[in-house]
Amino acid sequence: MTYNLNILLPEIFLSISIFVILMLGVFFKKSYNLVTNLSLLALVILIVIILNTESTSVKIFTDSFIRDGYAKFIKILIIISTIFILLSSQVFIKDNNIAKFEYPIIILLSILGMFFMVSSNDLILFYLGLELQSLSLYVLASIDRDNTRSTESGVKYFVLSALSSGLLLYGCSLLYGFTGSTNFDIINNSLNIGSVGSIFAMVFILVGLAFKVSAVPFHMWTPDVYEGSPTSVTNFFSAVPKVAGLAVLIRFMQTPFENILVEWQTIIIFISIASMILGAVAAIGQNNIKRLMAYSSIGHIGYALAGVATGTDSGYMSSIVYITIYIVMSIGIFACIFLMKKNGKYTEKIHDLSGISKKHPLIAISFLIILFSLAGIPPLGGFFAKFYVFMTVIENGMYFLAIVGLLTTVISAFYYLRIIKIIYFDEFAGSFDRIRNFSISGTIFLSCILLVTFFLYPSTLNNVVSLVFTS
Amino acid sequence: MDFPILSLIIFLPLLGATFIFLFRYQKDTNKSAIYVSIFTSLANLLLAFFLWFLFDNNYTGFQFIEEKNWISGLIKFKLGIDGISILFILLTAFITPICIFSCINSVKERVKEFLIAILVLETFMIGVFCSLDLVIFYLFFEAGLIPMFLIIGIWGGERRVYSAFKFFLYTLLGSVLMLVAIISIYWITGTTDITSINEIKIPSEFQYILWLAFFSSFAVKMPMWPVHTWLPDAHVEAPTAGSVILAAILLKMGGYGFLRFSIPLFPVATEYFTPMIYFLSLIAIIYTSLVALMQEDMKKLIAYSSVAHMGYVTLGIFTLTKQGIDGGMFQMLSHGLISAALFLCVGVLYDRSHSRLIKTYGGVVNSIPKYSLVFIIFALAALGLPGTTGFLGEFLVLIGIFQKDYLIGLVATIGVVLCAAYMLWLTKRVIFGQIKNQEVKILKDVNFSEGTMLFILATIVIIFGFYPEPLLNTMNVTINGLIDNYENDLIYHLSASK
Repeated sequence: MTYNLNILLPEIFLSISIFVILMLGVFFKKSYNLVTNLSLLALVILIVIILNTESTSVKIFTDSFIRDGYAKFIKILIIISTIFILLSSQVFIKDNNIAKFEYPIIILLSILGMFFMVSSNDLILFYLGLELQSLSLYVLASIDRDNTRSTESGVKYFVLSALSSGLLLYGCSLLYGFTGSTNFDIINNSLNIGSVGSIFAMVFILVGLAFKVSAVPFHMWTPDVYEGSPTSVTNFFSAVPKVAGLAVLIRFMQTPFENILVEWQTIIIFISIASMILGAVAAIGQNNIKRLMAYSSIGHIGYALAGVATGTDSGYMSSIVYITIYIVMSIGIFACIFLMKKNGKYTEKIHDLSGISKKHPLIAISFLIILFSLAGIPPLGGFFAKFYVFMTVIENGMYFLAIVGLLTTVISAFYYLRIIKIIYFDEFAGSFDRIRNFSISGTIFLSCILLVTFFLYPSTLNNVVSLVFTS
Repeated sequence: MDFPILSLIIFLPLLGATFIFLFRYQKDTNKSAIYVSIFTSLANLLLAFFLWFLFDNNYTGFQFIEEKNWISGLIKFKLGIDGISILFILLTAFITPICIFSCINSVKERVKEFLIAILVLETFMIGVFCSLDLVIFYLFFEAGLIPMFLIIGIWGGERRVYSAFKFFLYTLLGSVLMLVAIISIYWITGTTDITSINEIKIPSEFQYILWLAFFSSFAVKMPMWPVHTWLPDAHVEAPTAGSVILAAILLKMGGYGFLRFSIPLFPVATEYFTPMIYFLSLIAIIYTSLVALMQEDMKKLIAYSSVAHMGYVTLGIFTLTKQGIDGGMFQMLSHGLISAALFLCVGVLYDRSHSRLIKTYGGVVNSIPKYSLVFIIFALAALGLPGTTGFLGEFLVLIGIFQKDYLIGLVATIGVVLCAAYMLWLTKRVIFGQIKNQEVKILKDVNFSEGTMLFILATIVIIFGFYPEPLLNTMNVTINGLIDNYENDLIYHLSASK
């Protein structure tokens, strides 16, 4: 038993910075800029701290907290995406009067929750992390408290999410009842195939996790919350909690439920197929770009889950690669959405994009690249994400899953093409206000460059992920 | 070869496109963009000729092979060419400058973007013909959809959105099944490098389903009946340059795919499915020729005639005789030139009077004789007049098919007659007769750039019609090797199954 606090250094640092920044925010007036900059600084320092820790797998606090290369990778992914989201959404936040100093602090709090989630090796720590994350997200969804849509989405998210958390907690308690422990390793050793109780517990836990990553049939909150929340918050929702949720799902498949993998798999295959189909079909009729992105994210989670469904290490790796590339696309497209400002007001209607390629060729080409990448057309990054996932899916002989997945790619290509059609083929209908902001253009540029040049180094990301997995 | 000439020929147009992309919007942007793109594409044409010059006709197997680690441990970035692909590279490099010249007259807005799209498309098209790895092939094959979608959608006619979507989704649907097949091949043989797959040999029980998956992609691209319906729409709505590229090169990817992948990789399945191909090709030849007879839109007529001509190509390729494959290849090349020229001819008329309907014209010869002359040359070449490339292609295909089955040959010959019928009728209605429409009277004859393009194309069609040796010599060894390998593999699989 070790109590080496160095292992917990990133979490401790993050907690202390949250408290310090919170105090500063309370005592200084108009402290939004200060708080944001300090939060960004804290995140950057956090990256350095995490990179400096070792990657060997160590468990502390009676094996309830685990630090390994996998958790490290996910944490860095979370921080980097948060930095870009915070940077690119500044203009939007200030224009919409949601520049409250709590905003970045709540984001930091939710990150702290995610850190504990991905590092947990114990049901209690896992649940605490999950709840810290979720509670921060409810507040974040309703951060624009004078706006009915935002508050409504916050309440909706809270009610549905609380239900799923309850189910998840019920599953955890069942698991404790059947195995006598909350520790993942002990659960792993005492579970075996055929135990009805463990299957019950597993299903309840899966429901909770599927809700967090918004997989079908637990996706109902996603379109409403995505649409109602301020765009800057939607941007965060569509990227960061998904990584954490998927990472935990994989952790669950790897450790506590390794022995009943067969039962897991059937359910995950179903969830994956359902998500891919719904994500492809339901997005077709949408006219609000945030709602469309909500359905698109459901579809993408379906593809990522297809990799998880294989139940092999290579499958998990392909899912992590998928979600990483997805995040690049998601952050890029939301950065483009932040530029959709017409006559001083931000717009979410897809039709407001009509013919903007004539007036704003650079915005148009960014949309073009990211949308084709989301549709999975080579040679862009999104294609490789799908390619790696289906590589492992077919390796494991799951042809049905692969064929359904690729056919839904064709269907979903339709609605991505529809946006491109509106941008490029339709008549020009009014230009956007000029937003000159280096963070937004830099984020878009970086995202596009990564996606376009991905084919030059297609295995770098894979190598990093496999290095992380084997450690 | 140490110098990576294939990479250069693939990525040079992309470099030109990037260069144009970085232009600032100014008054002369369009002009300088045109200069840069003409320069790039002509340089690429010279490179292609140089490649042909270096190419060793008597060497079996692939030449100019380039290999780089790409996806580590899984897939190598492998390029190489043989007697079949070199001809398609030449065709691509030759057609692209023509498209760029034609857009000087026809594309009026967003010229810069148009040129970028054409150059990027050239990169992807040449990449398709150079790649020796299934994944690389798929990458280029699919990537070509993006610029073509934009070309049809942005610069197309009235129903451009419908046509662009139909084109994109049809092709994508066909291709995703091929992706499943490619990944399966990787797990069956452990590689996607086609030269190694040829040595390892795919077990015959897998071949049927894999063949069908590849077929679904190539048949759409070809296009074969009954999945040809995207082609008339795409052709009619695309701008002239888009139609030219579509007809001259994109359609050839299907035939190239059959020759490069379907036949060598799946010989057992190829033999099994050959009757189906014959059947579909015959329907394509007869049915689409009849449909072409009834068209009122010139572009649509030529589009349907393309489907019929591609019917000969598949027929010829799957006879798996020397003459048949020679004929199929020759037919593809000649169709690439002739249909490109016919679309340019229609484009010339369309630029002047903005109508593609046959009934608008009539008696064109009275006002624009020079134009009428080239139009007649290409119409006759399309119907297979001896002395043009069109004749040789059809003739060799028919020789090949008569060796296999007398009856199929007979039905295919009817197609030749039908082709003559619609082409001559088209000529009669458009070129000859009385001037009914006042607009025809004031038509201007071809200008310098149009005249030069059409003249060059006509010269090539006639020269290779009389003297096809250079082309046939280039592909001779490769096609012999293809047939030998096919027969050996078939014997190998038969003995393995016993």
